[in-house]
Amino acid sequence: MADKNVSELQPSDFEIVGNKTSETETLARKSISFWGEVSRRFIKNKLALIGFITLAIIIIGAICGPWISEFTYRQQNGDYNMAPNGTYWFGTDDLGRDIFTRVWIGARISIFIGFAAAIIDLIIGVAWGAVAGLTGGRTDEIMMRIADILTAIPYLLVVIILLVVMQPGLFPMIIALSLTGWVNMARITRSEILKLKNQEYVLAARTLGANNLHLIKRHLLPNALGAILVTMTLTIPTAIFTEAFLSYLGLGVPAPLASWGTMANDGYPALANAPWRLFFPGVLICLTIFAFNAVGDGLRDALDPKLRK
Amino acid sequence: MIKYLGQRLIYIVIALFLIITATFFLMRMAPGNPFASERALPPAIQESLNEKYGLDNPWYIQYKDYLVNSATGDFGTSMKYKYRETNDMIAEGFPISMTLGLEAMFIAVGFGVLIGTIAALFHNKWPDYLMSVLAVIGISVPSFVMAAVLQYYLALQAGWFPIAGWNGFIYSILPAIALASTPMAFIAKLTRSSMLEETNSEYVKMAKAKGISRWVVVFKHALRNALLPVVTYLAPLTAGIITGSFVIEEIFAIPGIGKYFVTSISNRDYTVIMGTTVFYSVILLLAVLIVDILYSFIDPRISLKGGKSNGR
Repeated sequence: MADKNVSELQPSDFEIVGNKTSETETLARKSISFWGEVSRRFIKNKLALIGFITLAIIIIGAICGPWISEFTYRQQNGDYNMAPNGTYWFGTDDLGRDIFTRVWIGARISIFIGFAAAIIDLIIGVAWGAVAGLTGGRTDEIMMRIADILTAIPYLLVVIILLVVMQPGLFPMIIALSLTGWVNMARITRSEILKLKNQEYVLAARTLGANNLHLIKRHLLPNALGAILVTMTLTIPTAIFTEAFLSYLGLGVPAPLASWGTMANDGYPALANAPWRLFFPGVLICLTIFAFNAVGDGLRDALDPKLRK
Repeated sequence: MIKYLGQRLIYIVIALFLIITATFFLMRMAPGNPFASERALPPAIQESLNEKYGLDNPWYIQYKDYLVNSATGDFGTSMKYKYRETNDMIAEGFPISMTLGLEAMFIAVGFGVLIGTIAALFHNKWPDYLMSVLAVIGISVPSFVMAAVLQYYLALQAGWFPIAGWNGFIYSILPAIALASTPMAFIAKLTRSSMLEETNSEYVKMAKAKGISRWVVVFKHALRNALLPVVTYLAPLTAGIITGSFVIEEIFAIPGIGKYFVTSISNRDYTVIMGTTVFYSVILLLAVLIVDILYSFIDPRISLKGGKSNGR
């Protein structure tokens, strides 16, 4: 209707609604829920959609890749450093292991590390931020000072030191990543809670006798969910990148397990004569980081009420 | 201002104390031993080694010694390479790492701002799209992959640059680009969005209305204000470039501190690990402080205050 010029409107365009309150109050357009609106805006954003599809393909690859391949990730086939061909789609490495299989096993490990670190960050960070933001006063002051001091400590150095002490492995890696990573999430949650807790509906809920736990669960967290979700989506690529970076320093998951970082690290010395050994894990790292960043940015734009049309 | 500085310095001291304490206790828990080798050492030698490095003292004495030594800037002798002082390694590696780091920062800031400005000036035209694609690539490609790609195509295949080593300016170009690519993309994104905001603001419209030429408006008015977010990014940029240098120095065989640090990790050379960690922390914490102070000078709207208020 909006595209019609006012002068073109005919009497037939209007209909009498009547004066019964029940009828005048009904909505002419189907109402769209908040998340429906968000997903519509997200899909309209081309970059975010490309990111989402890339991510879906990588996750499907991680689930099905090792399964459709005829080799296992640790099987040594006797064909050393073969270029990609019909049998070995992505080539083989110096021990004759199939890179196609290893790359998807690596995808499982890299993505698992990313998600696990992000979820632990989420749990600690949200709890810390929510308590600090809601309690306020002295507690808030002390909790945020602790967070300040932790951010002052250079993150990657701590992770490296922790890994040196704990011995490289999957779980030490996740612990090291999340020990330092939750502070950012705590900050974001706190600022969201601070913004929300003085709003009228929270006051109304309080007047009706809601306690803090109920407030957090029913009112504050659902409303802060957008910002938390965006932060989490952007934490995952950082974790994946850090994992690959640490693997490059020789602190990655131990052999014969493969993450993209350890594969890239193993493939690097063979760059001159077997470049595919670095190429495939490298490209997958780049694509995954791109995809998560694009989805995160897209989510942020889709959730921003200022951009709402 | 003074109060703010004082508070920040106290934070830095607390953070440093925590780092030193944490590294000390973690290293004591760490498995592996720098004296371990294929041949078992005779007990007498083991004992004298322990005595030399003070490992026979109870932990609190060791801890106290370590705190005092760190505070006076003495990080002890390498456990792996006898007669090598950690301080010497830092003194040797630091100028190299700093040259590389400054070059990378220069590339990141210079090209990042340039790319961002061009993208904003041609908003929604092809240069904007081209620059956005460049920024996406820069953010998505990790520095070590970028390093390998540069090394393979520009050094190995094309032969325009030396493959690795450290022997003059030309050796520093590829590592600096690899180190700078991700922060450059971030700066380009930041500059673009803040530049777009500025070009739509009243004072820019006013300047245009007065008939001032486009370039003067862009460079004298809009860009100066648009650069504020870039200045805030300088602190994480420094951190990123310092930590990024671990891998880049390893890949390009550059004898900077990053390489010593990585080697000391695989050697379990605890004194060197602890020394370089503390050194890096000091540099990083100071860099963040300097950026904050700079920021208050550049943006007069921000006043540095103690307490929880954020200026304004």
